[in-house]
Amino acid sequence: MRVRERDRGAVRRAVALGLAVAAAAGVTACAPPQSANTVNLYYAPEENLQTVVDKCNDQAQGRFKIVYHKLPRDADGQREQMVRRLAAQDDGMDVLGLDTTWTAEFARAGWVREWTGEDREQAEAGTLAGPLESARYGGKLFGAPKNTNVQLLWYRSDVVRTPPRTWDDMIEQARRLKAEGRPSTILIPGAQFEGYVVQYNTLLASAGGRLISDDGTRAVVDEGAVRALEQLKALADSGLTSPSMSNAQEDDIRLEFQQGEAAFQLNWPFVYPSMQEDAPDVARNVHWARYPSSDPDRPSKVTIGGFNLAVSRYSPRPAASFDAALCLRSAESQRFSAVEDGLPPTIESVYSGPEMAAEYPMRDTILEELRDPAIRPITPAYQNVSTVLSKLLSPASAIDPPRTAERMRTEVQNALDSQGVMP
Amino acid sequence: MSTTDAAGRAERRLGWALCAPAALVMVAVTGWPILYAVWLSFQRYDLKYPDQREFVGLDNYVTVLGNQYWWTAFGVTVLITVAQLVIEFVLGMALALIMHRALIGRGLVRTVSLIPYGIVTVVAAFSWRYAWTPDTGYLANLFTDGAPLTERASALAIIVVAEVWKTTPFMALLLMTGLALVPEDMLEAAQIDGASRWQRFTQVMLPVMKPAILVALLFRTLDAFRVFDNIVVLTDGAQDTSSVSVLAYNNLIKGLNLGIGSTMSVLIFLAVALIAFLFVKLFGTAAPGADDDGRR
Repeated sequence: MRVRERDRGAVRRAVALGLAVAAAAGVTACAPPQSANTVNLYYAPEENLQTVVDKCNDQAQGRFKIVYHKLPRDADGQREQMVRRLAAQDDGMDVLGLDTTWTAEFARAGWVREWTGEDREQAEAGTLAGPLESARYGGKLFGAPKNTNVQLLWYRSDVVRTPPRTWDDMIEQARRLKAEGRPSTILIPGAQFEGYVVQYNTLLASAGGRLISDDGTRAVVDEGAVRALEQLKALADSGLTSPSMSNAQEDDIRLEFQQGEAAFQLNWPFVYPSMQEDAPDVARNVHWARYPSSDPDRPSKVTIGGFNLAVSRYSPRPAASFDAALCLRSAESQRFSAVEDGLPPTIESVYSGPEMAAEYPMRDTILEELRDPAIRPITPAYQNVSTVLSKLLSPASAIDPPRTAERMRTEVQNALDSQGVMP
Repeated sequence: MSTTDAAGRAERRLGWALCAPAALVMVAVTGWPILYAVWLSFQRYDLKYPDQREFVGLDNYVTVLGNQYWWTAFGVTVLITVAQLVIEFVLGMALALIMHRALIGRGLVRTVSLIPYGIVTVVAAFSWRYAWTPDTGYLANLFTDGAPLTERASALAIIVVAEVWKTTPFMALLLMTGLALVPEDMLEAAQIDGASRWQRFTQVMLPVMKPAILVALLFRTLDAFRVFDNIVVLTDGAQDTSSVSVLAYNNLIKGLNLGIGSTMSVLIFLAVALIAFLFVKLFGTAAPGADDDGRR
């Protein structure tokens, strides 16, 4: 009896020890060591964002300590990681970097908190209308625009005398250059992906067209949408694009442009600092202009991109998180990111800052486009709509304008209703 | 009598008790997700609209089976599977014969030929993609002036080549174990009877190797039917090159449509189960470790 009693005690001790070891292992394995005011930022890889984070941590004087966790490099990978963890109600993420097109989706699913009160006022103060619009859903604010983005027409000033104002003019100039045997290729990201849908959305908006009704529930696909299809098709059939157009994404065409065979490139401003570093010979002659328009009578309306900072519904530290997000997107931080990473600010006053003139020479053209931008349809189902569109638009040479538009109408409607199969 | 009986029963009980944790874990990690996927496939359930979840019966199956994207992807999957299998079988058999007969450096030859199988598929797929992209690649302008990954037929061919390159060594290895089953004296006897090289191969070696061949083909068919990584990296499903796995991934993970995505997963599961069933019942493939007659 006594022996057994002692045995039981030994077993109990062993079990307790085992549990303690398991618990300790669990704690160290799952969560990074952190204090009560740690704010976990999940954001796309951005070269100099860590410096911004460090500056904010210094200024916070202990109110919060941001830890920057890098998400995957590609947009789909970023979204998937966040969605997976939010669907599992993971409380290890506080501040999320959302692409402008995801804000509605995350808000509708209830994964991010609404910006209210003083935080909201600070996020809205002086912010450009377009980026702010992309952070709203159902009249409420769900993100603080950190940086916006807008594409420009990049061209080689040593071969192009005056930058083309319209799409047709661009094709015409390229054709002439090709005949003269000079760099003539028009580079556009035409792979079956979101970046190609951005190009289409710009052409669509520039032609005054619409794809989805304002309330985001009905597929419209009007005349302008057909006109934009015709223009993409015309470019693809012109023989002036790169042979790998229908497999090329933004970075692919940046690399191709740097090789020097192209005259035009339709791309985001990140190409500017990259070219200075990688291909200074080409960069010396590279200039920029407003994205060409569809309609000679009015300037283009260019699709905006960029990132909004949102606070996770499952964050245990919302107050510190809103605070941290505001610092990350402050005017000071945005000026730094514009100069160092080529990211267009969302706060209008930053553009007129003193060092911007030297370091960010394309700021006036960018601001001009940002004052009259095109916004991609705001709907929680945007990802599905975009997948369907990229499928129907790709490859551009296979577009049959009226027929493609007809298919868009049914398939976009299905996507909005979260019915049907995504390709 | 009764004491040995009791002891036997106790032994069996202990056996069950010892197995139970492992069996329960197996059910939990493999059985439960499958059942849950089946349950989800009967629902309209989109993570974006959590409040609109409802039971819809077979609606999702009607939607998927009536959709052209699904059938295109299904056709692509079958095409890639069959093409890959035929090429791999021929190449794998040739490789197996060479390795089997290698006189010098047999170990080295076998190790070297396994290298492609050891390389992570995604990594290999990226190098294929760059190789087939004009300007960055050395293969792109070999056959045409265009970009082969942007045309459907050539893109599919490249996917098959990438798959074949990766798994032929595995096929060869499986076939080589079959070759080892062929008795030398049987081949010698056939030779003395006047059988030509080809006759010895088709009428002596192949029949003896049949169980090994069928196991190899079964494994590779199941594997090939789930083709995913190469397609995602090489074309990401552009120009109608999606396989059923890519389509299921797009709907489930990208589209967050758990209902439709699960329906596709269940359909893929059924297709794979059917392939395994056909191999075992019709061709009499032996499960590894089963008796000679191939049926258990």
